[in-house]
Amino acid sequence: MTTNIPTVDPATSGGVELRKEPSYLRVSSGLWSWLGTLDHKRIGLMYLVGVTAAFLVGGALAFLVRLHLWTPDGALFEPATYNQVFTLHGVFMVFIFIIPAIPASLGNFVLPLMLGAPDVALPRLNLASFYLWCTGTILAIYSIINGAVDTGWTFYTPYSLETGTAVVSMGLGVFVLGFSSIFTGLNFIVTIHKMRARGQTWFKMPLFCWAIYATSVLQVLATPVLGVTVLLLAFEHIYNIGIFDPQYGGDPVLFQHFFWFYSHPAVYIMILPGMGVISEVISVHSRKPLFGYKLIAFSSISIAVISFLVWGHHMFTSGQSEFVMVAFSFLTMFVAIPTAIKVFSWVATIWGGSVALSAPMLYAIAFLIIFTIGGLTGVFLGTLSVDIHLHDTYFVVAHFHAVMMGSTALAFFAGVHHWWPKMFGVMYNETLAKISAVLILVGFNVTFLPQFEMGSLGMPRRYATYVEEFQIYHQISTVGAAILGIGFALMVGYMLASLAGGRRAKANEWGGVTLDWHTPTPPNLYNFDEEPVMTGDLYDYTSGIPDYGKDAPMDKDELAERQAAEGWNA
Amino acid sequence: MSGHAKVVTPTPDGGFATHEVAHHFKTAEQEYQSGKLAFWLFLATEVMLFGGLFAAYIIYHDVYPETFVAGGSTLNWKLGALNTVFLLTSSWTMAMGVRASQLSQKKALVGYLVVTWLFAAGFMVVKYFEYSGKLSEGVGPGYWFNPVPGSHYAEVLEGLPFPNLFFALYFTMTGIHGIHVLVGMILIGWLIVRAQKGHFHSGFYLPVDLIGLYWHVVDVIWIFLFPLLYLVP
Repeated sequence: MTTNIPTVDPATSGGVELRKEPSYLRVSSGLWSWLGTLDHKRIGLMYLVGVTAAFLVGGALAFLVRLHLWTPDGALFEPATYNQVFTLHGVFMVFIFIIPAIPASLGNFVLPLMLGAPDVALPRLNLASFYLWCTGTILAIYSIINGAVDTGWTFYTPYSLETGTAVVSMGLGVFVLGFSSIFTGLNFIVTIHKMRARGQTWFKMPLFCWAIYATSVLQVLATPVLGVTVLLLAFEHIYNIGIFDPQYGGDPVLFQHFFWFYSHPAVYIMILPGMGVISEVISVHSRKPLFGYKLIAFSSISIAVISFLVWGHHMFTSGQSEFVMVAFSFLTMFVAIPTAIKVFSWVATIWGGSVALSAPMLYAIAFLIIFTIGGLTGVFLGTLSVDIHLHDTYFVVAHFHAVMMGSTALAFFAGVHHWWPKMFGVMYNETLAKISAVLILVGFNVTFLPQFEMGSLGMPRRYATYVEEFQIYHQISTVGAAILGIGFALMVGYMLASLAGGRRAKANEWGGVTLDWHTPTPPNLYNFDEEPVMTGDLYDYTSGIPDYGKDAPMDKDELAERQAAEGWNA
Repeated sequence: MSGHAKVVTPTPDGGFATHEVAHHFKTAEQEYQSGKLAFWLFLATEVMLFGGLFAAYIIYHDVYPETFVAGGSTLNWKLGALNTVFLLTSSWTMAMGVRASQLSQKKALVGYLVVTWLFAAGFMVVKYFEYSGKLSEGVGPGYWFNPVPGSHYAEVLEGLPFPNLFFALYFTMTGIHGIHVLVGMILIGWLIVRAQKGHFHSGFYLPVDLIGLYWHVVDVIWIFLFPLLYLVP
């Protein structure tokens, strides 16, 4: 796996310091060096490509949904086809994109760097997780070809038992994707416990690590319940086990309990890593230690704990006892406390900081705006009486998208923009990146603010047709979706262009101080030149910014190229 | 940052065994602890998975108590008890095997593993007779629940609501547990082969340790299944 590097004597290379080892991108080449790699960075990049592709497919499906809703009778599809399109949008976005998005791509790449480790604790399991993700995705695509699924991403019984669509193969896909997610989470817990650098105590871990830790605990403890739920759903199809089917003595509402016992913690599997990214981005680009470090760390853990106790708030209209409903509503309100602690701490970090309005920071600010909308509308929905009115309307759709698309996806983009120079050693066009951030912020709100409004007026979710008075809201929303689409297309464009011919990134593009910025850019195969030892404070911007390896050239050929380009002599 | 630590251990026969620590670990201790923690987390996922099935069982036991009591009374508790003895004993032999590997006692390790494997096989044989006895009288899960009229099952379950549900849960829970026993037999078989080649010694016994833990969890799940299904009546 290693290539011999010609040694270059600094004395004859114009005094330029050279890398000690090749970067992980250059250390080996060929298809198999990627497909069979155990390097957490390459696995992270493969995940990044995969989840981005899933996002684009899910996004295209969403745009078809929006186009269909341009007219009250539905502009594009038969109602049955419409049901399939929005279901596939949900399945792709939830199970294939957003759950693995941040942990498996950015987390995989950055977490070991932040811990000063050469790799994750279980590299083989890491690769296995990626291939399980591929297998689950293939099963999902197979289900589309084999009749699609029209139940919504929640697969509620009894309809999911009656529909003739490919629920079993899609369920199997979700089961496999669940194991992929469990493997990632399990791996990260072990990595955080056992692989931290010398001197890095729990409270000297960057907050991204705390967020990933809380996420991983949820992945390990909640996902098996989803596994057994879809397994039982499959048994229901295969041999009528009966526990979700009243015809055989079962109860369809039990499916909802099982499903949400996983899927409520799952929404925190989706959002917690995003919160971790935002903590890092805001600190670096405000050049300030995070305000309330310990509170943010503990709030991640407490969100994880509380998330196991609130699943019933998805079922206020499903027929639970009043006592249970009050208890779930009360516990739901508790989530607002740690969440608000985070938002206030981020704002307090920006306050008085030396704020750079760089592209990652713009994405982070857009996150703050939309997440606040999404979080507060969650409080409306957690309130019993209000939820009875808003249940299954576009208000819920808009709330969910504000915290998932407008928050997690934006945090994902913020993170990708933030660590892109570290990943590839090149920079994208920042002007275009800023334009794209603004387009996405505007596009998001044009899309979803009308949905809050029409939801509160009574427009139900998942309907293929609607009454005419909602047309103006739907049309504004569709225009917003188009703006969002332009923003994403622009982003994909300038990101790919940067790989082809972006300027060389600085060794430490943003002046970060956590251990991930103590590696050469891009990092070595085993990340660090020397085993890092952590001394001093975690977010200390006052005692010098690391620029390890500077922008040192790799070998003689590259050195010659740069000499020619920059006009200096050895 | 890519040194491969090595552990060299003297063996009872006067030679040395070496184990190379994986590239990303600093010490053998770190490697051992990481593997152990990872495996405990995996076992937690097993507990959560079976937890869902137990929850379903408890809920329907509460909804149809007479059916579940009658259904449980048709199971042969003597065969269940025999299987419990098999699994408990095999847990003990497995634990002894782990100890043998820690002491680099190759022959004892292979012996204990073989005995454990045989108990597991015995468990599956008893399960086979239980299953085939039921299926031959038309008692299977879901679609295959059509008790032969006049059979013991048909008499006991006469007039009770949804006896199919009890047997669907019985077959699903013991079936998934049985698959775990089969997987355990494959894993223990693999350990026997490696132990025979002398791969395990006081410097490296992690696989024996981990599969031992797995085997204990399979045992513990049975310890819950046995009274819930066979003894509750």
